[in-house]
Amino acid sequence: MADSWIEVCAKDAIDEEDVIRFDYGGKTYAIYRSPEDTFHATDGLCTHEKIHLADGLVMDDTIECPKHNGRFDYKTGEAVGAPVCINLKTYPVKVEGEAVFIKVA
Amino acid sequence: MNAGIVIIGAGECGARAAFVLREYGYEEPITLIGSEAHPPYERPPLSKSQGASAPVVVAPRDKYASERIDLRTSCTVTRIDPDLQLVHFAEGDPIKYDKLLLTTGATPRMLRGISPASKRILPMRTFEHALGIKCLLGPTRRTIIVGGGFIGLEVGAMARAAGTEVVILETQSRVLTRGVPQTIADTLVERHRQEGVRFECGIQIEAVRETDDAVEVELADGRTLTADSLVVGIGVVPNTQLAEAAGLVIDNGIAVNELLETSAANIYAAGDCCSFPSAIYDGRRVRLESWRNTQDQGIHAAKMLLGKPDTLASVPWMWSDQYDLTLQVAGLADGSERSVVRNYEDGSRIIFHLGADGRLLAASGIGVGNSIARDMKLSEMLIAARAEPDPDHLSDPSFKLKSILPR
Repeated sequence: MADSWIEVCAKDAIDEEDVIRFDYGGKTYAIYRSPEDTFHATDGLCTHEKIHLADGLVMDDTIECPKHNGRFDYKTGEAVGAPVCINLKTYPVKVEGEAVFIKVA
Repeated sequence: MNAGIVIIGAGECGARAAFVLREYGYEEPITLIGSEAHPPYERPPLSKSQGASAPVVVAPRDKYASERIDLRTSCTVTRIDPDLQLVHFAEGDPIKYDKLLLTTGATPRMLRGISPASKRILPMRTFEHALGIKCLLGPTRRTIIVGGGFIGLEVGAMARAAGTEVVILETQSRVLTRGVPQTIADTLVERHRQEGVRFECGIQIEAVRETDDAVEVELADGRTLTADSLVVGIGVVPNTQLAEAAGLVIDNGIAVNELLETSAANIYAAGDCCSFPSAIYDGRRVRLESWRNTQDQGIHAAKMLLGKPDTLASVPWMWSDQYDLTLQVAGLADGSERSVVRNYEDGSRIIFHLGADGRLLAASGIGVGNSIARDMKLSEMLIAARAEPDPDHLSDPSFKLKSILPR
């Protein structure tokens, strides 16, 4: 597992300022495309009540949990709005050609 | 040292206010007083999850200590003296306040003549109620739910999930008469029926009796229903007794202005216990009973106590989980407006309510899981922005609501 980059999807599979769900190896992730066209990855489930963030709304650098409106900066994982107080784990992302990869190990 | 801020009511609202006061750098004493034994906890999971051994707390007890918040649980306030700025307790010395915040919440209505100590006839408001209800659910058990509102339906879904036989009694001709459009109520009722819930609408209850091992409900049509438990979901009344006795103005709850000030100097109120002029609905006086509002107003109350300029412009919002369905309502519809329906491929649906001037006033959505969450959030933002969206855009599920959001 020295080189653990995993291909997620094509760049175009994520709209600008949006998020999709990605499952791999028994875990679930949220993959984001920012308004500046950069790509980011976090754990898929909100740290408050384990709700999947891929159903949430991306606004600028923020993802809002679809259930209780906890907010995170998806670029840093920082919890930025009640009721969440535990930060979200982030993962490295790279784009090669038209494909998006994340490093999960 | 100053007397500081005293908060009566240790629920989500009071707790948020206390923590936010510290976040804003308030240094004087903060006393948070609750009548329940637990530190402030979240009520929504009580009627939604299958039973936990402890409540979901807003913050662990030691967080109150580290934030220098004097959290007093199992503590009963008997009287407020607005002239001397004192709070009196059932036991112990009174304490003085510089400013007082009332977050006293609401109490569930009970059926007449039923003892609050009943083990089989319970409302659903506290952690103890939830424990009491859940221990009477199960595959060989029967429960009667009185009241077809959100609490009744949520408890119904929870009881069915535990294998319990469920009948929901409603005096009106249909359930969920308050708060959601008929077609959304129909979807929920249909789903409950598929799951085996029986509805009895338009009925009158003549008498309720509790024996050692059962509950009996006598109906006006002569039938008698029996069950192991009865859950009362017929609404709540705001806890205004302390405020009323202190001479504060009451108007469907403790009346506050947009600064959350009551009619008495240095006394504020927030959450389920108060009615307030809604900024986004042009000052219409409302009282809300939702988790979101109680948090928003708790945070707002902290700002108001500190004299920070701010307007609470959040949109009323609530949700309900029943089986795999989630319902969300954003905004306040008054029933007179034009409706536009947005049907999604997966069967989810949002109904938008537009005022005569074209302004989006409210939206109600239902779908599996969180399928409608994103568009409901955008609807809420459009309501807050006083947007006047094109009805053709609203009804087209492929149209991106985000694209019409003023940014």
